[in-house]
Amino acid sequence: MWQKIYDELKDQDFIVIAVAMDSEIEAARPWIEVAAPDYLALIDRDHRVAELYNMVNVPQAVWIDEAGTIARPAENAGAYEGFRAMDLETWTMPDDELATTVKAQATYIEAVADWVREGASCDHLFDADKARAHTAVPDEEIAQAHCHFHLGQYLLRHGRAAEAEKHLAEASRLHPTSWNIWRQAAKKNETGLAASAEFWARVEALGDDHYYPPVDMAGMPK
Amino acid sequence: MTVILSPLGEFEAPAGAAEGLWLDADQAAAASGWELRPEGLCRGDVCVPVPPGKAETFVADGKVNLAAFWRHMGMPAATSADGDVWALGEGADNRATELRSLKAPDFTLPDLAGVEHSLSDYRGKKTLLATWASW
Repeated sequence: MWQKIYDELKDQDFIVIAVAMDSEIEAARPWIEVAAPDYLALIDRDHRVAELYNMVNVPQAVWIDEAGTIARPAENAGAYEGFRAMDLETWTMPDDELATTVKAQATYIEAVADWVREGASCDHLFDADKARAHTAVPDEEIAQAHCHFHLGQYLLRHGRAAEAEKHLAEASRLHPTSWNIWRQAAKKNETGLAASAEFWARVEALGDDHYYPPVDMAGMPK
Repeated sequence: MTVILSPLGEFEAPAGAAEGLWLDADQAAAASGWELRPEGLCRGDVCVPVPPGKAETFVADGKVNLAAFWRHMGMPAATSADGDVWALGEGADNRATELRSLKAPDFTLPDLAGVEHSLSDYRGKKTLLATWASW
């Protein structure tokens, strides 16, 4: 997803750090080997980055400037939820939804490129007040959820699956809006996706809420 | 053996006999960054006194019940059924303050080859931190 702009811009003091929210390195490995990125591809078994940046889904992204300051806080990295209109029999999406999905991702990637090229004059940059206003912060239940998730992941790695399951379920109960926590622990289908009937029911239950919240950026779908 | 998963990493300590997470003061400091001092449990300038009348729940024989302090401070903690693994998390207020400061929280994670990288290694570059997952 990021290789093309990284190729174009890597000489301009720019790095992409792609972090896999995957409890098993071996689940992430084939994807990384196929993508063969030149940029950094890290594995986050305990979803530590999600905890630190209060993220709830993938893909999410943060723009961090040269001084280590957050220029755009954690946000949906240009994903559009056209998949919600998918025909589950044929596994196809209506053309307009597909077109919007493709355009949204391209718009987001181009915005990142614009930031790297233009720096402070990039129209997509937030000032500090706006960045703060867009920063979602965790509450006590979310903090407690990450604790149970961390413990659950440790127990899973140490052959204590039944006990782990309780802590992962508790994490999801305490932080129900985290798709990261729910999907990591959810049953996977034959292609490794947490896209069971239960997943679709959960998406359906969102109603008018978003699976991928709109990005506050010119040219992005609402 | 007791395992402690904290914001500072993964630590091991001898199993305690009593309920809670009883550690020697130096182990508690290593695992949490909080030191036992006469005035209470302290990190930098901040000290949390032992609650009056409950000393035996928090401190005994040079040991400190880190889990009791953690919860007393309103910070998240979770433990396995037989108390041999503890996860101690950063408090929501501290996380919120850090995020609102707009200073990007640092982290260290491995790549596929097991080599560890920190966000702070890339200071001086514009960084796109982007998540994905196989699921």
